[in-house]
Amino acid sequence: MTAGRSATACATDAPPPPETGAANLWQAWRLRIRRRALIARAIRKRRELRRLTDRTAAIGKGAILCAMVVRNEAARLPYFLDHHRRLGVDHFLIVDNASHDGTAALLRDQPDISLWSTAASYRRSRFGLDWLNWILLRHGHGHWCLVLDADELLVYPYHDTRPLPALTGWLDSQGLPAMPAMMLELYPEGRLGEGSYRPGEDPTALLPWFDSGNYVAQIQPRLQSLWIQGGPRARAFFADEPRRAPTLNKLPLVKWHWRYAWLNSTHSLLPARLNRVWDDAGERTSGVLLHTKFLPEVLEKSAEEKTRRQHFADPARFGPYYDGLLSAPVLKCPQSQRYRGWRQLEALGLMSRGGWI
Amino acid sequence: MSLGFVMLCHTALDRAAQVARHWAERGCPVVIHVDKSTPADRYEGMRAALADLENIRFSPRHVCEWGTWGIVAATQEASAIMLRDFADVRHVCLVSGSCLPLRPVGELRDWLDARPRTDFIESVTTADVGWTVGGLNAERFTLRFPFSWRKNRMLFDLYVEAQRRMRVRRKLPAGLVPHLGSQWWCLTRQTLSAILESPDRAEYDRYFHRVWIPDESYFQSLVRMVSANVESRSLTLSKFDYQGKPHVFYDDHLQLLRRSDCFIARKIWPHADKLYGTFLHPDAASQPRAEPNPGKIDRLFARAVERRTAGRAGLYMQSRFPNREWVNGRTAAPYSVFEGFAELFEGFDTWLSKVAGTRAHGHLFAPERVEFAGGAQFYNGSLCDSASLRDYNPRGFLTSLIWNTRGERQCFQFGPRDSQKIAPFIAGDPHAQISVITGAFAVPLFQSNRNFGEIRAEAARLQRIESEFLTILRAPEVKARVRIWKLAEFVESPMEPLQMIVDEISPRSLRRLTEVPRLTNLTGFGQFLQNLRNQGMKPELMGDFPVGGDLPNPGGRRPRPYLVK
Repeated sequence: MTAGRSATACATDAPPPPETGAANLWQAWRLRIRRRALIARAIRKRRELRRLTDRTAAIGKGAILCAMVVRNEAARLPYFLDHHRRLGVDHFLIVDNASHDGTAALLRDQPDISLWSTAASYRRSRFGLDWLNWILLRHGHGHWCLVLDADELLVYPYHDTRPLPALTGWLDSQGLPAMPAMMLELYPEGRLGEGSYRPGEDPTALLPWFDSGNYVAQIQPRLQSLWIQGGPRARAFFADEPRRAPTLNKLPLVKWHWRYAWLNSTHSLLPARLNRVWDDAGERTSGVLLHTKFLPEVLEKSAEEKTRRQHFADPARFGPYYDGLLSAPVLKCPQSQRYRGWRQLEALGLMSRGGWI
Repeated sequence: MSLGFVMLCHTALDRAAQVARHWAERGCPVVIHVDKSTPADRYEGMRAALADLENIRFSPRHVCEWGTWGIVAATQEASAIMLRDFADVRHVCLVSGSCLPLRPVGELRDWLDARPRTDFIESVTTADVGWTVGGLNAERFTLRFPFSWRKNRMLFDLYVEAQRRMRVRRKLPAGLVPHLGSQWWCLTRQTLSAILESPDRAEYDRYFHRVWIPDESYFQSLVRMVSANVESRSLTLSKFDYQGKPHVFYDDHLQLLRRSDCFIARKIWPHADKLYGTFLHPDAASQPRAEPNPGKIDRLFARAVERRTAGRAGLYMQSRFPNREWVNGRTAAPYSVFEGFAELFEGFDTWLSKVAGTRAHGHLFAPERVEFAGGAQFYNGSLCDSASLRDYNPRGFLTSLIWNTRGERQCFQFGPRDSQKIAPFIAGDPHAQISVITGAFAVPLFQSNRNFGEIRAEAARLQRIESEFLTILRAPEVKARVRIWKLAEFVESPMEPLQMIVDEISPRSLRRLTEVPRLTNLTGFGQFLQNLRNQGMKPELMGDFPVGGDLPNPGGRRPRPYLVK
């Protein structure tokens, strides 16, 4: 940059001046302390977990793991497991948070699932992150780990022809420790809550629509992550308070190290360098999480969430959001796009192959 | 005459064994070298699996660390075994354990039989090499590299730097001209034995022992001294990414690999069952095939490099977020911004979309709502008309809109009433064409039915905002194409600027404007400005309007002749 340009930076929307080295060091130190505290907390919180089935001895070298916390997901899990097994997940590590719809029974007898259960507060375990941090610390070290919710289905470039080991091999060869996958919210044709979903069906049949280009991103300098918001929930429920709209960036695939810790859901990790999954000129490889929240059961679930107050740091402020959801709105608009596979998402610029051929 | 393969492998030995068996069963002897760091049980497993084939040999094992001498030593030794044990071999092909034959080996043999004296080895002088990554080109041959790049990167770098500082240069063996090229070659017995049995071999070996990545230069350089007929290309299809790492081929590359018409490809993903199944199938189809032509599939690889290093212009997403100072590719496509036109002309946007064949929006940044073309509530990509969502991240809003409408030029109105946060961004964007009629904001006020005190206050406010916008547009580092007229000046001859703007938007339809938007009635506007002055405001952006007199009549003036270039 020439001196002349920086002198009149205000007119070209230039970045804020970089922080000094000392401030950076201080910042890094504070994040380090925070990370250690999170790990200590995760170790403490392991007492809340009760082991139901432990098949972790079967995890081989180089196995790809999938860790998650579930609650009353008996309907979604059959397809979820099916989809991710097909992608090449070798073992699932699942924490069941007091389900009462038979989720535990469904999971207990599957040969590639290790199951824990807990009745402790989801909110007070930092929305399940403490449990996940512990399980990954204990079993995830050195493995590529997927960390998902039961309503998320991972798709990535070539996922229909190349299983996860091909992807992780590529990421390894590029020296990348994580791959981002933005949440893409799928919604139905009509009002929310209409129709019925049978376990095992492909949810994209009931939820074929998505928003293709109303996302905004900003850099969070402290964590080096991109904060992405937008999509149908932002326009339908948060038009007056866009800052509160759901965060959509996620880092579901990480080559885990026991010293890592999830900071804010699976949106950001510590150490912060892991969040730097974006490039400031070219494109890196990324995927998409198809978010199937809006299956018909969303109405009952939201009603329960609203009263349980286990989601969001400040549940009271999200009352209008729940009320909006419970009024069963139509999310589809004339510009909605119908989901047709990863090539479509890549062409739309929602994900990228990067340099992977 | 026969063809022999020297195979270097270190992982996925089952795949290597499968390929070796394929060749051996078809009469091509194979000498296999397995990296010494591969666990012994796997090595023994591979030996056992191939024990039934009498034309397979295993050569003594060396540690093959990337970029070091071990790979060359392994190649030398294995090649010597090949030449010693299989007397009827004429061409020796060096392959890796992750190579896969794309065409039946008979075809390769026939093809080589037709070229019995040719050595196929990529061999390029260091001056002409464009592919090496990291800047070590000529220095590979003039410096020493005792430290491992993989394990001791710091020592490696320090030692290179120290040698540069001290200007240490190695002396090349007499007659040796350094050449570089792909590691995978196919040489004739004559050439290969001449290299291996050269009286000076000890000297060359000593020299190359300390050369950086000797496997890409040892044979490539020496072949130039002994061979009369070098064809500088590799028979092995192998593609590298922008960091110099080899691309891996997967099942979905089947057609791509077929199309290349090459004989051998690397690297193949070990779990690519379909590729191995298809190309190693006993009756792998042998249609009439063309000459090997890896160039046919180059475009795909070039595109991948471009996507990885430059990305798609104007795309902001989870794995690409261009720097704010990045000037090129701020947005995906050219667009036009009009300030003051909609105020001065009636039905300007309808007219514009008609003559220029573009999408003309209203005030996208209006304070009440986003005025998409046609008053739509949702626009491409499900962008919605909420002003607060737009103002939350105006830059994201605009870049999304331009990205979502690629292929169709966007035009929108802008003005001092609008949210101004986007102004610096469009001013710095080479894709923006900004046309401003300054002071036109006063026209709606002039026509409004409001108290004069209010009008005066509003006029002063808008004038201040527009002045700030003009300051941004007049800054020296502005990248947008900016045109500014004063209202009075524009009203005098509106045709010429309009023609210019329309030509720029749709350069292909160079024709005279036949239809002009209707200028709003400005009779009495001069008096209106005078009234503002009398109330103590200073309207300065509008230019000089005569107070009482008639406006210059645009229709009455003969427009200056318009030149078609």
